[in-house]
Amino acid sequence: MARQHRLTVLGIETSCDETAAAVVRGDGEGAVQVLSSVVASQIEAHRPYGGVVPEIAARAHVELIDGVIARALAEAALSLREIDGVAATAGPGLIGGVMVGLSAAKAIALARGVPLVAVNHLEGHAVSARLGEPLPYPFLLLLVSGGHCQLLAVRGVGACERLGSTIDDAAGEAFDKIAAALGLPYPGGPALEALAQGGDPSRFALPRALLGREGCDFSFSGLKTAAARLAAGLASEAERRDLAAAVQAAIARQLAAQTAKAMRLYAQAQGGSGLRLVVAGGVAANGAVRAALRAEAEAQGFSFHAPPLRYCTDNAAMIALAGLERLALGLASGLDAPARPRWPLDEAAARRDPIHVPGRKGAKA
Amino acid sequence: MTAARTLALSTPEATAKLGRAVAAKLRAGDAVCLSGPLGAGKSALARALIRALTSPDEEVPSPTFTLVQTYDGPGFPIAHFDLYRLAAPEEAVEIGVYEALDIGAAVIEWPERLGAALPADRLDIRLEPAPDRGASEGRVASLTPWGTWIGREPSL
Repeated sequence: MARQHRLTVLGIETSCDETAAAVVRGDGEGAVQVLSSVVASQIEAHRPYGGVVPEIAARAHVELIDGVIARALAEAALSLREIDGVAATAGPGLIGGVMVGLSAAKAIALARGVPLVAVNHLEGHAVSARLGEPLPYPFLLLLVSGGHCQLLAVRGVGACERLGSTIDDAAGEAFDKIAAALGLPYPGGPALEALAQGGDPSRFALPRALLGREGCDFSFSGLKTAAARLAAGLASEAERRDLAAAVQAAIARQLAAQTAKAMRLYAQAQGGSGLRLVVAGGVAANGAVRAALRAEAEAQGFSFHAPPLRYCTDNAAMIALAGLERLALGLASGLDAPARPRWPLDEAAARRDPIHVPGRKGAKA
Repeated sequence: MTAARTLALSTPEATAKLGRAVAAKLRAGDAVCLSGPLGAGKSALARALIRALTSPDEEVPSPTFTLVQTYDGPGFPIAHFDLYRLAAPEEAVEIGVYEALDIGAAVIEWPERLGAALPADRLDIRLEPAPDRGASEGRVASLTPWGTWIGREPSL
């Protein structure tokens, strides 16, 4: 049952904008060490577009993947012979990009005779908090980024239950698009947060989506539309500042309100134990959002955890860890594992190999 | 092409109804190009269209970040693209816009990013806030059929 063996896993991530590779080691007792984590766009020489425009092209991933893997191994001071397994994102994502990383992983697995783990990208985000600190299962996860906005009860490896998700735009997308409407540069989130400094959030009334409704879903589309219309009619810098503050407050308020609902459901299901809230994703870097969520967590008796930002955005260390945790449970994939453009996390949970017993690690916590 | 047909959409439900009417005519190889400013209802129309061809509670998240989301439609796949983040028309090839049309239908937001490389058989739908409605929810849709869409416009 327990993880007795030290495992060292190479992780590969190519499902969207980033070509990334990382080496993660688990000591078998639950301690995790990131030996390296390389993201191509963060390397100056690999910034053909200044790091703003996505490297969506499969061709770009092909060009970068070998070098990124070699660098991850070099920074970890390891050779491929010292790797116990290789994990790659198999979806969801752009099929061309996913195939590049998954094929590279299969080639390494075949050549070195080590197991392959095909990882769901969202499961990588779900475990990312465990890269920064020894955080036990279970926990409630709010994944909030440019592409995702979901609440998941994470009970163990591959055992995620979705409690809510956005019915339209992700929160980070709302930040980016409203920032664009305010004439702010990309990425919009940090720019909007800076503009909102000292602004009066009460000057503009913005729609409060779904707040009175059942469930833990999110909606940011109405807010985006209302803010974009208001932005078009602004005259003064003070008005822009106030609108930015109002937008930030509205997003933080909705995230906090729906997360609070999910915390109540989760606490009930958990019988009051394992009360941990993890907030992952780039939007967790926003001060107002973080403060609102932290306050809600404290009010409901949850501990509050936010992984370091480098593990919040797309990276391969989280993929390596998701692979490592699966390998430790004997859950390897076949070399015929397909690339899957669409792969909802709860479907992954439903099809999961039944080796894992949910709640086992929770009791130890 | 034929002349654009203009429709007043006074509520979000009217936008959804247009989406369902387009869905009823959609076949493999078809493109539906949705243009218009931020918040004009492009994603809402796409969502209604996709739900009409999948299930009423199908989750249709915005593809802005992921660039494309694919769905299993009745007999052919439906790809929902958002080209907002593309910098050059060539990138559309890389994310599989034309491949999607070989095997199924594509709903394309921000088709402007394709430049001159627009699909031949497409229904252009331009959505704009209604001019005299202030901050209300009113929208105006202009429909322009191209190629095999001519004579096959959605009935409303």
